[in-house]
Amino acid sequence: MTDRTVDAPAPRRQSPLIGALKAALLLRESIVGTVGALIILFWVFVALFAGLLAPYDPIAQMTPFQAPFATDADGNFFLLGTDHLGRDVLSRIIFGAQRVLIYAPLATFSAYAVGIVMGLLAGYKRGWVDDVLSRVSDIILSFPILVLYVVIITTFGASAINIVLAVTFASGPGIMRIVRGLVLDLRNRDYVAAAQTRGESMWYIMFVEILPNARGPLIVDACLRLGYTTITIGVLGFLGLGLPPPQPDWGGMINETRAMATFAPHMTVFPCIAISSLVLGLNLLADGMREVSLRD
Amino acid sequence: MVIFLAKRAAFMLLTMLAVSILVFLLLEVNGESVAVKVLGPYTSEEQRRLWLEANGYFEPWYVRYFGWLANMASGDFGESLRFKVPVGDVLWPRLLNTAILGGMVFAIMVPLALVLGVLAGMREGSALDRTITVGAVVTTSIPEFASSVLLAFIFVFYLAWLPGTSTMSEGFDLSQMVLPVMVLVLYGFGYIARMMRASMAEVMQSAYIKTARLKGLPVQRVILRHALRNALIAPFTVIILQINWLLSGVIVVEFYFAYNGFGRLLLEASLNQDIYLIQACAMVAVFVAVGTQTLADIGYTYLNPRIRFT
Amino acid sequence: MTLDMAKRDTVSPDNRPPVLEIEDLNLSYFTRAGEIPAVIDFSLTVRQGEAVGLVGESGCGKSTVANAIMRYLGHNGRIVGGTVKFKGRDMATLSEEELRQLRGSEIAMVYQEPMAALNPSLTIETQLCEVPLYHEPGCTPEMAYRRALDMLAAVKLPDPERVLRAYPHQISGGQQQRVVIAMALLSEPALLLLDEPTTALDVTVEAGIVELIAELSERFGTSILYISHNLGLILETCDRVCVMYSGEVHEEGTVSELFENPRHPYTRGLFGCIPTPGTDKNARPLTPIRGQLPLPHERPDGCNFGPRCDHFDAASCGGGMIQMRDVNPATGHRARCSRWQEIDWSVDTVAADARPPQAIGDVVLKSGEMQKYYPIFDRSLAALIRGRSVRYVKANESLSFEAREGQTVAIVGESGCGKSTFAKVLMGLETATGGELSFNDVDISELPVQRRTPQQLGSLQMVFQNPNDTLNPSMSVGGQIARVIRKFNVESDPVKIEERVLRLLDLVKLPRDFARRRPRQLSGGQKQRIGIARAFAGNPAMVVADEPVSALDVSVQAAVTGLLMDIQREFGTTLLFISHDLGVVRYLADRVVVMYLGRIMEQGATDQVFSPPYHPYTEALLSAVPIADTRVEKKRIILEGQLPSVLNPPKGCPFHTRCHRKIGAICEEETPPNAVDSEGHTIFCHIPMAELRSVEPVIKTAAE
Repeated sequence: MTDRTVDAPAPRRQSPLIGALKAALLLRESIVGTVGALIILFWVFVALFAGLLAPYDPIAQMTPFQAPFATDADGNFFLLGTDHLGRDVLSRIIFGAQRVLIYAPLATFSAYAVGIVMGLLAGYKRGWVDDVLSRVSDIILSFPILVLYVVIITTFGASAINIVLAVTFASGPGIMRIVRGLVLDLRNRDYVAAAQTRGESMWYIMFVEILPNARGPLIVDACLRLGYTTITIGVLGFLGLGLPPPQPDWGGMINETRAMATFAPHMTVFPCIAISSLVLGLNLLADGMREVSLRD
Repeated sequence: MVIFLAKRAAFMLLTMLAVSILVFLLLEVNGESVAVKVLGPYTSEEQRRLWLEANGYFEPWYVRYFGWLANMASGDFGESLRFKVPVGDVLWPRLLNTAILGGMVFAIMVPLALVLGVLAGMREGSALDRTITVGAVVTTSIPEFASSVLLAFIFVFYLAWLPGTSTMSEGFDLSQMVLPVMVLVLYGFGYIARMMRASMAEVMQSAYIKTARLKGLPVQRVILRHALRNALIAPFTVIILQINWLLSGVIVVEFYFAYNGFGRLLLEASLNQDIYLIQACAMVAVFVAVGTQTLADIGYTYLNPRIRFT
Repeated sequence: MTLDMAKRDTVSPDNRPPVLEIEDLNLSYFTRAGEIPAVIDFSLTVRQGEAVGLVGESGCGKSTVANAIMRYLGHNGRIVGGTVKFKGRDMATLSEEELRQLRGSEIAMVYQEPMAALNPSLTIETQLCEVPLYHEPGCTPEMAYRRALDMLAAVKLPDPERVLRAYPHQISGGQQQRVVIAMALLSEPALLLLDEPTTALDVTVEAGIVELIAELSERFGTSILYISHNLGLILETCDRVCVMYSGEVHEEGTVSELFENPRHPYTRGLFGCIPTPGTDKNARPLTPIRGQLPLPHERPDGCNFGPRCDHFDAASCGGGMIQMRDVNPATGHRARCSRWQEIDWSVDTVAADARPPQAIGDVVLKSGEMQKYYPIFDRSLAALIRGRSVRYVKANESLSFEAREGQTVAIVGESGCGKSTFAKVLMGLETATGGELSFNDVDISELPVQRRTPQQLGSLQMVFQNPNDTLNPSMSVGGQIARVIRKFNVESDPVKIEERVLRLLDLVKLPRDFARRRPRQLSGGQKQRIGIARAFAGNPAMVVADEPVSALDVSVQAAVTGLLMDIQREFGTTLLFISHDLGVVRYLADRVVVMYLGRIMEQGATDQVFSPPYHPYTEALLSAVPIADTRVEKKRIILEGQLPSVLNPPKGCPFHTRCHRKIGAICEEETPPNAVDSEGHTIFCHIPMAELRSVEPVIKTAAE
């Protein structure tokens, strides 16, 4: 019929690294997202170089109840003061960042691993697999979440691994629901039918054809969920069910010192600001990413 | 409709049953540890064995489960180890206190969030929208325990306007409610407001709003009659499910402000391994949660004619 | 109901007062990327009682014009030049309140998706009564109700009282569009804007709506601006027409003049892309327009159509904006072409060569009484008591037909006729409930895709409908084709696979570097080409194409169908072409199978099906399809009633509820026989063959 080749603009080749950079540049278009990313980068930097940045050993006991900007008799300067046991608040916040930035992503990641597999199975297989998985997750989700945490942690004891497991157990079903919803939409796409008609296995279709195309909403959700998990770890610390002392933990710091907030508020207020800013950064980043992805 | 209600009720019952098995397995199945909790860690093995035998703990676990379930269903939760009174005597007054707190939170939070959400979603991208959206992100980013500390620092220590604890030791005092309510509203309204905004913005983009505008209807009528009803459908479920969230939120707030409510009771029970009290609290929490979910489903069906008439 | 095709008289338009005057309208959207002109230098006059068509492909700015008339442009659209005058008043000078009073009472609009246009949570009564209540001071609710009721009767809705009480989702799509039209006409507007009002509807429903609009506008003396991508529809409905391309009007004139003597290469190119009764894939193939629509921010200098035009001349078409030129000032025929006088319009566009018909081989696919039922589990209490808790959707009922090597067999039918279900069973995505389906002499009716061998899979492949869905957005184009080659064991050596991918790209006439691209960097037509390359990667004996071009623009459609047929010819592949578009089917199919509610109504060679004797359903379908050719005269048959639910199909002949030739009780009670007309042509009908043979042809082409 016609031998003319379709007109085409010059080719653009793209490596994954350039892709990531492009995504970062795209995010720059959202002020909110940029602020969020900067806050997170700040805390990641702090956590990575905690040993270099912290002026003191976080569990070394020096002069108690030093106010911010105080210098004690030994000539030690405390930018954010010291707590009731004479430990440097700044150093504890710095090392606390390290801790939360290890366990919150670990717990979230673990919950995602479980949630994604369950969601893919439920959404793609449908039928009884979906029924069973959905019922189980409905039941877990019907528990008020903190009640669930409190019961689990008090029963099994407070340790890092238990916190990770508890978060996985409690938020895996929520992730499953999101993944399932996305899969229910994506499984009807023609490229999935094309994969089916060339005889691809179920796992190939789930992980290669479907999952990569669900990544947008999942990354946004992961960001928000990382925020929740940070709060959860903080709340458990605050209730005295968190990571065991004496290693610094933001929630734990607030719990230990809140009774003395009348006369030494700096011990409590600074960790509060630290955790709030980290969560804010995550939420802003999620917002920015959603904004940018919707604008496309 | 009748079938739908029956189905929901059946599902609710089923969930309660499943949860009860979970709670039972978690707390009761290992008789030995129950004995330790009840009798204390410094008892001899012989004492524990006798206690276990007396209380029927050597029966197979499913026999015990049904006995336990029957007691639970009839409202006999056992005796609190810490308070040395029947669990019900501590539980119900505490639950009432929490209901008062939650009611006040909802009465303020829901209207506030809906109005802000509608204002923001009505004109997407406007300055008002951006302010409300960012404001909501900031407040939801501050965990309840952090805002408790910060608000207490401002209003109690710095300004000295409000009491720092809410023990109500001299009877009900409204000023003691202000801070707990404020903390929960601050943390909770953002989520509803954002849902409302998203829903409203979506509806405002829809073709039927264009139809309504191009029919020449006044703006108020377009918003109030055409947009709002549809925009409320999605957030409605979220609002009802916030009751579930509230059960979590009260644990922190009641703990911080020493308010004698359900959350603090659950926490005390957990920390003291007051096993029968934990069981009762967990079951009550789940009952409330599943109940509100059922309510949300029914309400959703009622609001959405597309489901109501099929 | 059989009417003669009633075209509206074309009275000389000049003696009627203008209702709408648009002069030099320029309209832009302001985005992050800067100002994007959407409508350029647009002028149009609509006089009282006149119907003007606005045609163009997607993104040409036709809907933006309608929104601009209503001054409804969203926050980033702005008029940057020119005026829109309604009854002499400049719309830009109106206050918000004046504008509100005008909208819905003087100017009304109907657009594409009727379901979306109606508020799902308000009853139709509320939505209709609002119009008079807010536009006519002193209108009481009782008066408004009466008016709504009368108007619903006027748009021929059965049982208007019930419709008024209903919510939008409780009535069918065609009824919804009638309600929207009733709403638009309630306050008897002077101007009605119709933006693709029937695009979302089936052809037989469309025919009813089109007739209704013509009738009502006549009755109320309403002026109409009819926006559509379908030239045939414009021919049937309008007096004058504007052809838009990339934001500009490229040609305007009376319908008859523009359709018979187009004086712009784009307009003529469009006609060359549309299959009309005169075209034929072998004797008179379609001539596609090469290339694709420019994106709004990538428009060329000079003539926007330049890069795709065969008559492009850098000197006269290259620099600056091309102005509209008068072709025939007496009738207002104008074209935006600087060379219209130089081009020899009597010569056809680069006429594609005629070629011999393709040799037909052995039977490849044989469907024998194939049936597919879907169980529906009814959990209602009443069903439980009656013990009938499972009902069946009979998606396919005793389908029997054959397809031979090198043959193109088309399955046509409207939505819900079961044509896609058949494709699913054939591909193994579902298994049949009964009968047999043999492919290369192997029964595959109960062989799900998981149990088919790579050879079986590779020899039966599919081209999908939606270009945006057909490719996985997160994989490169080349990777997706390579995967197919590996999977069907065509090649295993990476170098050879790469080579074969490139050869497949050559085959579908795309540049080789497309292999490294992502689907989102491709246009719709290019994606469909990749979909075709993927289907042919395993050297299939048979390809199933499920509406492969229905989502594409007209000028791209012809190129993609052409390509598909070229490749089919080269490989001698059997093509099963599933479509709702009778024009395309007539053009490319060797055999046609007409389906309705899961059953085959008629099948035969294409000429047999498209001429008498017809099945009454085929006859109605043929008459419903608008044809963009002024020489064609058509019988008009409007089907009454609704498409019955597949869950509860009529007994006897499934078509009896809407049939215009129903002969009596026998149609309601007995399943009709498959009456044989001649070799290979069967009609599923009770009417005696002699009677069917005496029916007049639906389409008559006047001698050239």
